[in-house]
Amino acid sequence: MKLQVTGENSLILYLGEDADEATSARVHAAVATIETALSDRLLDLVPSYASILILFDIQRIDHITVMKTLRKALAEPTTSAAGKGRTIALPVYYSRETGVDLEPLAARASLSVEQVIELHANTGYRVFAIGFAPGFAYLGQVDPRIAAPRLDTPRQRVPKGSVAIADRQTAVYPSESPGGWNLVGRCPVSLFNPAQDPAMPIAVGDQVCFEPISRAQFLSLGGDLG
Amino acid sequence: MSMRVSHPGILSLLQDSGRNGQHRLGLSNGGPLDSEAFHLCNRLLQNPTGSTAIEISAGGLQLQCTADTWICLTGAPMPLSVNDNEHDNWTVHRVREGDAIKVGFSRAGVRAYLGVAGGFSIVPSFGSTATVVREGIGGLCGKALNTGDSLPYPVLKVCKSLFLPFRERPRYLNSLTVRVIPGYQQRLFSRVAKRRFFAAPYTVSERCDRMGYRMQGPAVNCAIGGILSEGICPGAIQVPPDGQPIILLNDRQTIGGYPKLGAALSTDVARLTQLTAGAKVHFAPITTDTARRALRLSTLRLLNLPLEERRN
Repeated sequence: MKLQVTGENSLILYLGEDADEATSARVHAAVATIETALSDRLLDLVPSYASILILFDIQRIDHITVMKTLRKALAEPTTSAAGKGRTIALPVYYSRETGVDLEPLAARASLSVEQVIELHANTGYRVFAIGFAPGFAYLGQVDPRIAAPRLDTPRQRVPKGSVAIADRQTAVYPSESPGGWNLVGRCPVSLFNPAQDPAMPIAVGDQVCFEPISRAQFLSLGGDLG
Repeated sequence: MSMRVSHPGILSLLQDSGRNGQHRLGLSNGGPLDSEAFHLCNRLLQNPTGSTAIEISAGGLQLQCTADTWICLTGAPMPLSVNDNEHDNWTVHRVREGDAIKVGFSRAGVRAYLGVAGGFSIVPSFGSTATVVREGIGGLCGKALNTGDSLPYPVLKVCKSLFLPFRERPRYLNSLTVRVIPGYQQRLFSRVAKRRFFAAPYTVSERCDRMGYRMQGPAVNCAIGGILSEGICPGAIQVPPDGQPIILLNDRQTIGGYPKLGAALSTDVARLTQLTAGAKVHFAPITTDTARRALRLSTLRLLNLPLEERRN
């Protein structure tokens, strides 16, 4: 555990060096501890793979006091339930029409398209971080056999809901945007909807699993093939 | 009761004081780049702190008024006219139904704030009206102002004709010292690299927007090219592999994987965002204690700047 100054009203807490499950669980548990310890003096938090950026109200608390408060709070043991998060199932229509990179991924891994789908769908993922764009969740870890680097040239348009792989991470594009990840399918559930509360069905620390669905199910769940 | 946008200018955005507590959804803060000029605009109009105003970049905004109210333009010196009659900046003016409000182009500085008595009545999104175009959030449908947009405001009966005395108005110069709180990965930068960063003059590059200001100058090299993505605080100084520092601003992405030297002091960042390409910037290290004192002084000054009332 390392606390480091970042700016005039912020500190960053490092809880490990790598993107792994154990570190992410510590991050998730620490988020709750920090929220309780700083309560309304906390302005915002940015949990990520192995760190938490902590922004506080400098008019009411200073760096030294925040450091002391957090060191004390984080030294106390947390319950075993902390850090586990919820488990959320997201339906995915895996197909050549929604996953244009399935075949290149299969060829690269010397697997069949069906095997690529199976490896992607039969893995439990953890939400390591949310960022890049509203609602964009970085999920890990993808089975090393189907891990693949980003495209050399990002696509101008990746449809909303696209499920994609980059290295050992996977994600669901929350809205249409440019993107360089390898597309394997499409999810009909909106990952970011400002009109809903909560706007996102998942949070950092949650577990996500993907459930393969048919074309008909995808369409009946409101999926868009455009 | 609304203002109709006759011409949006280069980039005009509805902004309140910004969005807080939504980083976990990947939403950045948004909000006025020159928070001091924005704050003073609301103070002059006797509005509640953080009332929604228009951030005008470079200039060119034209509005048509549909009901009597008061307006005020602060920040970068852009010529203000009502029905082609010139009006002072940093001053509250009465405008009438049918009046044409024109904001010309800035003579120095980049951002100005046009406020209305009572503030614009915009439905908040995630607790704020701040427009972040990259995210499509805030303002009117997450977009910059466009011709034909209608900006509602409340009807108020009274508003004093306040102005900021000339001696208190900021001057928009072409050089600046930005105070920096060293932090983040600063230990990964060699002593030589840091000395260079804090000694050499940097130039504001052409590549500047609401996400970040890219500087040009001696390269500051870091021992590593990338880190595990982590949260980015406002004003963070990020150094990509080319060694040219970027000061990250209100519309930055919430997480990123480039090493950072620390973060610039917010009051200096506000002034930085008034600089145009070619302006000279020096960076000076300060401690968190000094930063805190500087912020307190700046807050007190903004709250207590004496405003005067115009007598007709």
